[in-house]
Amino acid sequence: MSVTKEQVQERVVEALASFGPDADSITPSATFEELDIDSLDLVELAQIVEDEYGVVLKGEDMKELKTVGDAIDLIVERAK
Amino acid sequence: MSAVAEKRRVVVTGLGAVTPLGLGAETLHDRWASGDVGIADGLGTCREFDPKDHLSVKEARRLDRFSQLAVVAAGEAVEQADWGEEPPFDPLRIGCVIATGIGGQSTVEAQLDVMRQQGARRVSPLGIPMYMPNAAAAAVTMKFKLRGQSFGVMSACASSAHGIGCALRMIQYGDADAVVCGGSEATLTDFAIASFTNMEALSPTGISRPFDKRRDGFVMGEGAGVLVLEDAEAAEARGATILGEVAGYGSTTDAHHLTAPEPTGGPAARAIELALRDAGAEPSQIDYINAHGTSTQLNDAAETAALKRALGEEAKRIPVSSTKSSIGHTLGAAGAVEAVATFRTLITGVIAPTLGYEVPDPELDLDYVPGESRPLVTGNGRPPLALSNSFAFGGHNVTLALRGAAR
Repeated sequence: MSVTKEQVQERVVEALASFGPDADSITPSATFEELDIDSLDLVELAQIVEDEYGVVLKGEDMKELKTVGDAIDLIVERAK
Repeated sequence: MSAVAEKRRVVVTGLGAVTPLGLGAETLHDRWASGDVGIADGLGTCREFDPKDHLSVKEARRLDRFSQLAVVAAGEAVEQADWGEEPPFDPLRIGCVIATGIGGQSTVEAQLDVMRQQGARRVSPLGIPMYMPNAAAAAVTMKFKLRGQSFGVMSACASSAHGIGCALRMIQYGDADAVVCGGSEATLTDFAIASFTNMEALSPTGISRPFDKRRDGFVMGEGAGVLVLEDAEAAEARGATILGEVAGYGSTTDAHHLTAPEPTGGPAARAIELALRDAGAEPSQIDYINAHGTSTQLNDAAETAALKRALGEEAKRIPVSSTKSSIGHTLGAAGAVEAVATFRTLITGVIAPTLGYEVPDPELDLDYVPGESRPLVTGNGRPPLALSNSFAFGGHNVTLALRGAAR
């Protein structure tokens, strides 16, 4: 199953918005720190991503992520 | 007796409550006193509480309902204490004790469903931090930046009375200058209801009428009560409005049966005596008793026996009423919710009745304040004194002696 970057971005923004931050603030360049998204939120994001795309993201994968765009790129890369 | 260090006095500067009667400490007492019942379909649900009105999306989704209720009740109490943006004490000298009987029950159940339906890998990383019984205490400390000692306390339906007792001692012995304390419970789930139903503890008629001959069990409620306690000297120095004083605390254990109270009321009577002694008061000085009064056959009989045993002839003089007649039994929150209601009684001078009490039980012969509210009568112009009882499955007994502010 191939997914487009746009599809992943849409889903990631939707998921992150459900965690609290305003949807408009969730841009690819926004950092998780700015959005007040912490490690617990990122585990939940990983669970959603695994459900949607079958991509398994571990804690060590997530640790490297600084921005929303980093997460989208990683998911798209792994989903190929 | 061994000598004890001189204890500091502990006053109350803020009260907060979320109950089946609505939001607020004043709402709780005013509506109860005017005869309103917050129970519907056999449950005391906080129907007027919507987390979205009080919490951000992030806060709400990271807090089980019992923590949400605690944070909102604490917000009211801290606001009334007029702490402002920055608390008027060193944050490292402010404690927090938020008790609960059970903890985040609905989160446990929701995550069990996730595991059974979708597998263990889908269980939320937020599960533990939401359902751990100390979650409410942690949430309140983070919300109000309280950095002294903090923890949850568990003793079923006596939990938050123990919590207030812990907070009292913390200030009395100088471990903190202020403590945000109380309790919270939100366990109105099918599973918890079934558990209590199968114990035959719940009222099959869904009516809470403590001390009435027809009483047939308690009605489950949910809610939170929070009090701000401060060292009296510090509170006075900062010009705080003093609402009353936590004057005494007494606690014992039945060691008799897992759920049934010790029928003579002996250990419970001792808790009452200890609270009075701690407050330096005599039975003749008690103006009101807020009973545990659950509406079960056993509790109301044992509590009556305990009061008579501890207070002698004075027991028959003192008005005794049960908040549970209006909101049901808020379990681990009951001690704090009822301490809040008792302080509102001392502040307003209005004793709310035991609602639904109509048919006296010949065995239970105290003044249970039937019918309507009545004025609180105090002798000799001294500050009014009340007791609040909490008894629990597990045999835990707690009595708090609460004094109104000097008028």
